[in-house]
Amino acid sequence: MTDARASGGGSQSTPPPVDEHARVEAAPGKGGGRPNGAGILGRVGEARHLGLVVALVLLAVVGLVTTPGSFATSSNLVSILALASTIGVITVGMTFVIIGGGIDLSVGAIMALASVWATTLATQSYGPWVMSICAILVGTGAGLLNGFLISYGRMVPFIATLAMLVAARGLAQRMSDRRTQLVQPDNNAIVELSTTRVLGLPLLVYIFAFVVIIGWIVLNRTTFGRRTYAVGGNPEAARLAGIDVRRHTMMLYALSGLCCGIAAVIIMARTTTGSSTHGDLYELDAIAAVIIGGTLLTGGRGTIIGSILGLLIFTLITNLFILNGLNTSDQLIAKGLIIVIAVLLQRRSLETRT
Amino acid sequence: MSDLLVMRGIVKQFPGVRALDGVDLDVRAGEVHCLLGQNGAGKSTLIKILAGAHRPDEGTITLGGEEVRFANPIAAIKSGISTIYQELDLVDGLSVAENIFLGHEQAAYGFTRRGEMNKEASKLLGRLGHGEIRPTREVGRLSSAGKQIVSMARALSHETRLIVMDEPSAALAHDEVGNLFRVIRDLTAQGVAVVYISHRLEEIREIGDRVTVLKDGRTAAVGLPARETPTSTVVSLMTGRDVEYVFPQRPAPGSHEGRPEVLKVEGLTVAGHFADVSFSVREGEIVGLAGLVGSGRSEIVEAVYGARRPSTGRVVLSGETVRTGSTTRSVRLGMGLAPEERKSQALLMNESVGRNITIAGLGRYARFGWVDRRAEREAADRLVKTLDIRPPDSRRPIRTLSGGNQQKAVFARWLVEGRKLLLLDEPTRGVDVGARAELYAVIRRLADEGVGVLLVSSEVPEVLGLADRVLVLREGKVIHQSDARDLDESRVLDMIMEGSAL
Repeated sequence: MTDARASGGGSQSTPPPVDEHARVEAAPGKGGGRPNGAGILGRVGEARHLGLVVALVLLAVVGLVTTPGSFATSSNLVSILALASTIGVITVGMTFVIIGGGIDLSVGAIMALASVWATTLATQSYGPWVMSICAILVGTGAGLLNGFLISYGRMVPFIATLAMLVAARGLAQRMSDRRTQLVQPDNNAIVELSTTRVLGLPLLVYIFAFVVIIGWIVLNRTTFGRRTYAVGGNPEAARLAGIDVRRHTMMLYALSGLCCGIAAVIIMARTTTGSSTHGDLYELDAIAAVIIGGTLLTGGRGTIIGSILGLLIFTLITNLFILNGLNTSDQLIAKGLIIVIAVLLQRRSLETRT
Repeated sequence: MSDLLVMRGIVKQFPGVRALDGVDLDVRAGEVHCLLGQNGAGKSTLIKILAGAHRPDEGTITLGGEEVRFANPIAAIKSGISTIYQELDLVDGLSVAENIFLGHEQAAYGFTRRGEMNKEASKLLGRLGHGEIRPTREVGRLSSAGKQIVSMARALSHETRLIVMDEPSAALAHDEVGNLFRVIRDLTAQGVAVVYISHRLEEIREIGDRVTVLKDGRTAAVGLPARETPTSTVVSLMTGRDVEYVFPQRPAPGSHEGRPEVLKVEGLTVAGHFADVSFSVREGEIVGLAGLVGSGRSEIVEAVYGARRPSTGRVVLSGETVRTGSTTRSVRLGMGLAPEERKSQALLMNESVGRNITIAGLGRYARFGWVDRRAEREAADRLVKTLDIRPPDSRRPIRTLSGGNQQKAVFARWLVEGRKLLLLDEPTRGVDVGARAELYAVIRRLADEGVGVLLVSSEVPEVLGLADRVLVLREGKVIHQSDARDLDESRVLDMIMEGSAL
C-alpha cells in the first residue's frame, strides 16, 4: 500500500477501496482525524467509525425487533433527529473545543441564557430575526468571555467554564424571574422551524445538518481546523511554529458559544419557550458523545463524524427505552456502560496502531 | 577498600543509536567516583541503567559481590542504589517528611503515622547536617539547595549503599556547593559510595576520589586519580573520536564580510539566565553558540525568537525590531526555530509527516482560510524529496520515523521561501552518525542560499566543524568570540569547563 502511494507521485493516486482502507492494519494516514483518506465515505469507513456505525445498526435492529410497530415509523425517526438536533449542534462546538485541548462545561447554561434573552418581551418586539440573532450573539459573547478568561486570564478551562455554567444559569433565572417565557404568536416563524417540513423533515433538522457540514469543512479543510489539531496536540510546538495559540484558543470557545446560540434557536422552536431550565446537563451528553466518537480528551485527535455518530447512539438508546416503556434509571445505566465500553475499545485500537 | 559496584561491558542500543558500547565502571565503598564525558557520551544512559530505568542489552552488573538485574527502579532502590536526578523529582505540595517517605510511608493499617515519619525524617536530616529543615515544611517553599538535601534524605531513608548524583551543583550557589560537599564527605565517611556527575573539573578535583571518563558510549579511562590527573589528560580523553563527523565545505574566511546583517542582537539580557549578549549574524553565515547546559544557550535562542521576554536589550531582524512575546510575528518576519526538545516542542505526534511540515506556513497553501490540499501535498512531497526524508511518504505518521528523519521534517517546516534566519537548537540530538552528516549538509546548503543560521549545540566538535563563527558561553556571558577555524575542541572545552562556580 505504501509503495502504491509513493509511486502515485505528485498527482492524487487512486484512493484505495473503502473497505480495504478500513481493514489494513497500521496503514499510513489512518490515524486520528487525518483527511488524507478517501473523502467522507472513507472516513466513516475508518475502523473506529465502523465500530460506531455497527453499534448504531445493532441498536436499530434491537428497535425493529422489540417494537416493530412503532420504531420504524417516520414520526419516530423524525422525533429522534429533532431530539438530536439541539445537542447535536452543541456537540459540533464541543468537538472543536476538545480537539483543541480544552473542555466547555457551560454549553447547556449558555444555551438557556440565550433562549431567555431572546424571548424577553423587549427582544420579541423586534421580531423573529432579531430574536435569532440575539440568541446567537449572546451565545458567542458568553463563549468569547470563556475564551478570554482561559487564554488571557490563564484559567483552567474546567474552572472557567464551570464558573460560566453557574453564572449564566443565574443570569438566565434573574432575567426570566424563573418563569418560562413563551414565544409570542407574532413570532411564530421561530416555531415554524419545528413544524414546517421539507421532504418530510422539520427545518431544524436541516439547520443541524448545515452546522455539521460547516463544522466538518472548517475542521478538515481550513487553516483554522488544522491549527486546532496542532494547538490541542502540542500547544508548545504550535506556539513555536508561529501559531497564535492564545487567540486560537479564544476563538474555539467563541465557536462553542456560537453553537450554543444556534442550539437556543432550535430549542425555542421545539418547545416554543425560552427558559432558564433549558439544556440542563447537556454539557455531559455533549462531552459523552464526543468521547464515544473517539476524540481524545487530551486533545489533538478527533472527528466531527465520530461525535455525531456518538450522539446518535445516545439518542437512539433514549428512544428505545421510551418505546419499550423501560425505566429511565436503567437508561442512564446503559449510557454509562456505553461510554466505558467505547473508551476501552478505542484504547485497544489505539494501542494496536502504535 | 573493596569494589562495591562492578559494571562490565554494558551495551545499550536505542533505535538508530548505540548509546553504550561496552562500558566498564568500578565503584568502591566510601569513595566519590566521578563520571566525566561530553554530552552524548552516554553518562545519562549509564546512570539510568544503574537506576533501573533502562535495562542493558549486554553486560553484567555486580553489587556487593552478587550479580544483579534491575527489572525496574524499585528493584534498584531495594538493592541500595538511589539516584538523585538533575531535575529533582519531589512533590512540591507535600511536606518534607512525606516526600522523604514517598512510596514507603510508615503506616499502620493504611493510616500514615505522621509523628513517627516526622521523627524519622528529622533524624535523617540531622544525619545530613541539616537538622534545621523542619519535616512538616512544604517542599515547594524550600530553596533548590534545600530540595537537594531532601532528595538525599530520601535516598538515605532506603538502606542506601550507593548514591548517584547527576550534576547536583548545577542549580546551587557557591556556598551551597560547599555545604553539599560537606554532606557528601559525611556520607562517604559512613561507607556510602557516591557516583558524582559534573562538568566542572574544579569540583571534581575537590570532592572526587577517582574519575571514569566516557567517550562515544565507551570507557575512555577507568579509575584515574581525581586530584593528580592533569586537566590536559582529562580533556584529551574526552575529545577526539573514532567516528569523525563529515562536515560540509566552508566558504573562505571573511567571505561574509560586507554582506548585510540578518540578525543583530544588542545587549540582550534575561535576568537569571544570561546578561548583556551582543552579536550579529550575516546573510549566509552560520554562527555557533558553544556552552554547557545552563550556560544560557537555549534561553538566548528563545529570546531572539520572541518566545521569552528579555529584561533589556534589542533584537533586530533585517532592520526591524522584533517584538517580544510573539512567535507569530517572528515567523512572519522570517525567522524559523528548530527547538531543543524535538518531541515536546516541535512535533505534532498525532499527525503525518506532511502536516508537520506545512503547519508553520499553512497560510501559504490557503486562500481565505481555505486550505488547497493539493498545493499543500505537492509542497510537502517536494520538501520530503529535497531533504531526502525516509521513507519518502509525506502521509506517513511522523512518529514512525527515526529521529534524524523527524528532525529533517522539522527543518523542512522552515524551508519555504522568505526565511531569513534559522535558529537551530541541538539539531542533531538523538540522531545517528550517518544522518548527522546529511543534516550538516542541509544546514550548510541553506546558508549558501543566503539564510543566516544560529546554531546551538552541546557538542563542541559540531559547533566548530559547522559554524563560520563561534561564541563561547559560560554562565550567561559571552567569554570568547572568533572565527571557528581559530579554535580547537580542547581549547573550547577548557574555556567552558574551567573556573566555574568554585
